[in-house]
Amino acid sequence: MTSSRTVAFKSLALAMLKGFFRDKMAVFFAVIFPLMFLALFGGLLGNSGGSKIDVEQVGKVSVLDDAPKEVRAYLKESLDIHRTTDEKAAIRKVRKGDADAMITQRGETLVVRFSQADQVKAATVQGTFQGIVQSANIAVTGQPPKYALKADQVEDDSLSTIQFFTPGLMGWAIASGATFGAATNLVVWRKNGLLRRLRLAPVPTWAVVLARIAVSVAIAAVQAAIFIGVGVGLFGLQLTGSWPMIVPLLTAGTLSFMAIGLLAGAVAKSEEAAVGIANFVVLPMAFLSGSFFPLDGAPGWVTAVSEVLPLKHLNEGMLATMVRGEGPSAALMPIVILLGFAVVVSAIASRVFRWDD
Amino acid sequence: MGVEIRAEGLVMTYGDVRAVDGVSFTVEPGEFFGLLGPNGAGKTTTLEMVEGLRKPQAGSVRVGDFIPSKREPELQRRMGVQLQSSSFFERLTAREQLDTFGALYGVAAGRTDEMLEQVGLVDKADDRTEDLSGGQKQRLSIACALIHDPDIVFLDEPTAALDPQARRNLWDVLRNINDSGRTVILTTHYMDEAEALCDRVAIMDAGKILELDTPAALVRGLDAPVRISVAPGTLDADAARAMAGSDDVADQDSGLTITTRDPARILTELAHRDALDGLSVKGASLEDVFLHLTGREYRA
Repeated sequence: MTSSRTVAFKSLALAMLKGFFRDKMAVFFAVIFPLMFLALFGGLLGNSGGSKIDVEQVGKVSVLDDAPKEVRAYLKESLDIHRTTDEKAAIRKVRKGDADAMITQRGETLVVRFSQADQVKAATVQGTFQGIVQSANIAVTGQPPKYALKADQVEDDSLSTIQFFTPGLMGWAIASGATFGAATNLVVWRKNGLLRRLRLAPVPTWAVVLARIAVSVAIAAVQAAIFIGVGVGLFGLQLTGSWPMIVPLLTAGTLSFMAIGLLAGAVAKSEEAAVGIANFVVLPMAFLSGSFFPLDGAPGWVTAVSEVLPLKHLNEGMLATMVRGEGPSAALMPIVILLGFAVVVSAIASRVFRWDD
Repeated sequence: MGVEIRAEGLVMTYGDVRAVDGVSFTVEPGEFFGLLGPNGAGKTTTLEMVEGLRKPQAGSVRVGDFIPSKREPELQRRMGVQLQSSSFFERLTAREQLDTFGALYGVAAGRTDEMLEQVGLVDKADDRTEDLSGGQKQRLSIACALIHDPDIVFLDEPTAALDPQARRNLWDVLRNINDSGRTVILTTHYMDEAEALCDRVAIMDAGKILELDTPAALVRGLDAPVRISVAPGTLDADAARAMAGSDDVADQDSGLTITTRDPARILTELAHRDALDGLSVKGASLEDVFLHLTGREYRA
């Protein structure tokens, strides 16, 4: 690259970058909007790993009140106990859904009343108190328990909700940013004649394309930095071993989505149409690629469809390297697929590309 | 400085429409050349073939020794282009637009201030282009076309959609472009603009050049009568009719109008009779030439 071309490339990239960061709507949808989802998921589902059981306790319940200190501390983790004397009022609360269970003691029997409206909660309530009563029974015999249970999740200890959502939402943010940026850029420049103007300037076409790629990758890097910063700083996100692999992953992903954006921009007759097409492609893809919720329980056809979507592979690669603690090699296949996708879609886009209307 | 442009037998068809149908002309180095015609006459397509944006389906273009459609950087550095629409980078200030275009042509940043000065946009330098008026945008786009001091300048309807003040204001800028010996090609559908700015004008309609000459020669060639008017009461209508050289006389409340092909004789006679009160002389304009050539029927 000669120095004059370097100057041209730099000034084009700078012009595009300024154009993006001065567009408040574009910045909002590329950065703030996905962050709102992160805050929503991070805050709502939080680090609690499921909410506590609200229990209305009527009168004295010896299995709880007389339990040893360690057991009581443990129970506090999963039970939110509220003491009352009015049994009827307590049952009313359970019926209305303001509490999950009412407990009281009648002689040697622990009475638990719960609502079947939330079946998961109902099962948890029954299981929890069954356990409490059984361990109290064993304690009364004075014998040490013969069998023990050790429960441990297969994921890293730190794999809380935020660990799942950050890579997925980040993937969605980067996909939208790259697609919309390229699509609107192409349509606006074609409509206002800037493409033709650049064609008459002594600047090779590849310098213009390279400038757009550099800007898209830079924007993706800013998005990722903000996402990871907010995730780590506010929501306790913990990055695992080979997380720097997200850099090549994001670059390959950006190329894929830029190609989609260029295709949308080449086909669309107006800026509105380009935004519409980009939305029509990116939003369903985000759902089908597990950006908003895991695809584990999804039907087979959804998983099959998701295999051809670039966002699925970007998400997989980021999940594997960022939070699952897999090695750098876990990012290789996704990168290859993303680059292949970029090549194929760019080839199609260049066939429908027009310099002017 | 200036460069010769030679177009021969240019043809461009879109579907069944022959947008440009055998257009030939030569622009001399340093000449201000106008392509005049209504919308859809083929002016812009002709210009695009000369600029090198479109390759002619038949015929040839030479700009100096170059074939423009080959898009050689050496030629492009000598060409300044102002396109029909205001082609700017989004959300950049006037200064940033000039800096960016300058960088594309390898121009030192100092030229920006010079250009802002030249088109009178110094106090708008830090305004975004979106906030400029139509006239200011056009001046900026001309400044962007001139940033690299080109030898040939292409202007595609630079004054379209401007109010009269902004148009006249822009004419001054356009005249200056040519002062330094540049070759300029301008398209316009304003007759007065072509008349005021151009050394020679090609009148185009339906993809063909109908007439090509200096504005004055085109008007002369029309051999249209001149209308001479004087204030009411200055001269008796019958006396006017009796004058040698008067073809027609209209006596109206607003005054007396004599139509003649020999204005010198009539004016001498009027001066002799001391009847020059409220005198006005109206000759034919390029507009009359145009209407004469293309007919008067309404065009959608």
